[in-house]
Amino acid sequence: MRKKYLTPFLFLSPSLIIIFCFVIFPVFFSLYISLTDFNVRSLVNWGNAKFIGLKNYRYLLQDELFLKCIVNTLYFVVLMVPLVLVLSLTLALLLNLPLIKLRNFFRMGYFMPYISDGIAISTVWYWLVSKDYGILNHILSWFGIKGPGWLTDVRFAMLAIVGLVVWRSLGYYAMLYLAGLQNIPQQMYEAAEIDGANRWQKIRYVTIPLLAPTTLFISITSMIGGFQLFTEPLTLTNGGGPMDATKTIVLFIYENGFRYFKMGYAAASSYILFAFIFIVTLLQIKFGDQQY
Amino acid sequence: MEAATINRNFKKRVPPKELLLKIGIYLLLIVGLLSTILPLFWMISTSFKSQEAIFEIPPRLIPKHISFENYINLFKQEIDFAKAFQNTLIVTVSYTIGALLVPAMAAYAFSKLRFPGRDLLFMIFLATMMIPSQVTLIPNYLSINFLGWLNTYRALIIPPLANVFNIFFLRQYMLGIPNELCEVARIDGASEGLIFFKIIIPLLKPALATLGILNFTGMWRDFLWPAIIATDSSMYTLQVALYTLFGQNQASTTFGVVMAGAVLVLLPLFLIFLAGQKFIVKGISTTGIKG
Repeated sequence: MRKKYLTPFLFLSPSLIIIFCFVIFPVFFSLYISLTDFNVRSLVNWGNAKFIGLKNYRYLLQDELFLKCIVNTLYFVVLMVPLVLVLSLTLALLLNLPLIKLRNFFRMGYFMPYISDGIAISTVWYWLVSKDYGILNHILSWFGIKGPGWLTDVRFAMLAIVGLVVWRSLGYYAMLYLAGLQNIPQQMYEAAEIDGANRWQKIRYVTIPLLAPTTLFISITSMIGGFQLFTEPLTLTNGGGPMDATKTIVLFIYENGFRYFKMGYAAASSYILFAFIFIVTLLQIKFGDQQY
Repeated sequence: MEAATINRNFKKRVPPKELLLKIGIYLLLIVGLLSTILPLFWMISTSFKSQEAIFEIPPRLIPKHISFENYINLFKQEIDFAKAFQNTLIVTVSYTIGALLVPAMAAYAFSKLRFPGRDLLFMIFLATMMIPSQVTLIPNYLSINFLGWLNTYRALIIPPLANVFNIFFLRQYMLGIPNELCEVARIDGASEGLIFFKIIIPLLKPALATLGILNFTGMWRDFLWPAIIATDSSMYTLQVALYTLFGQNQASTTFGVVMAGAVLVLLPLFLIFLAGQKFIVKGISTTGIKG
């Protein structure tokens, strides 16, 4: 009888140990740290951290920089998610047209940037949108537009980052939409045609509603990803410049935690990020259930 | 249906409106594709430009003279790029093996073994997927610091192994393997270990390939965790090394060397992508469907 419990435990033990040590324990530990003034002195001896209750959270809500980071992150999400949805759906619809030969070639081509995620591509983008030597402003000059300093102008810096993220993720989300399009039964279109629907009406009243689960999945995934924006502003705008216009919540956590070693303060801000992501996840659960 | 109509029209005689539409769509797709590829092309092209050529106005898409000076300079930097490449390779390969084996074992217990509390435990595992990694970042750093693991490979490899998605993915796949297969082996007296390694693992190959590629590329690209754990330059991963190189060269005339570094970082990813396209597409369509 004992063997019956032993075997499953042996199979599970590596996962159990790792998940307990590096996910479950730290979630609670992080909550505790957020209630202390854990700082560089406490790094040497954890005993130096004093319990200060909700003070970190109270300070955070009065910290103009943190509030700015929240606004910046929301601004990024609000711009990026609809762009990603509209463009990836359009791309998928175009690629799904029966007259498109070389579908795989196009699909793979559009997918390329998604593989090249990370610091590397941010450095490329930095160079691409550079004011004087960048190819983007050069192309704009063909049309008589004098391109701004994309990364140095407060008004444009976030747009440059939105551009990078949309460019990078477009092919991936279009592939998800393509997979969704394959699941729509042909009869739906035939029925719509009998009812006299034209090409646009078929997209509007058949395709888009039937793609709702995919749309929900993409909205949620890209929203959660958007709240975690970090590498791009870290690299492109040297940690959130100009004048903190691209500073995000995760950058704030990173700077407080690992530059100033204000771990308590950083842990509290990570819990506020958690709250935002939790709300998005709840939306998924709520609307996800309605689909079925 | 739409397909049939258009094809029939096309074969008979193409109405000008349809032809125009067709040309328009292709043009749109090609322009889109060119602008998608342009940044990557620009990176490669810049990496082969000499210092003077980089600042040429108007910029040249294809360098007049191919120069390897950026690549030579890349390996003469303060940061040891060859070492960073080696570190990344060691970490990524070890992580990928672990990220397949450990979750596969858990998935086996969750799908083919019976024990009290199984479903509850699985629910708890699933619930942890909601936790953003930033929340555990600080305590995990403190634990690693406490263990004296800063600047070690194990600190780069082990914490990321807490990967519930892999368990979920493999469990789904294993549920599709008939239980009778295991039952028959059990009656023949095979141990669970034998069943797992000799029956289940071989059947998992396509799933493991997909997951292997996703995890390998994911780990290769990871930045934040290595950036806080590998603070000693001899332990830098490629991403951290490239970030440091970028920090030192962004305002100067040596940007070509950063582009050479970026090419070096991305090259393995593209090779894997080309080799494993089929599995990537499969992985994406299976993960997407659950939405």
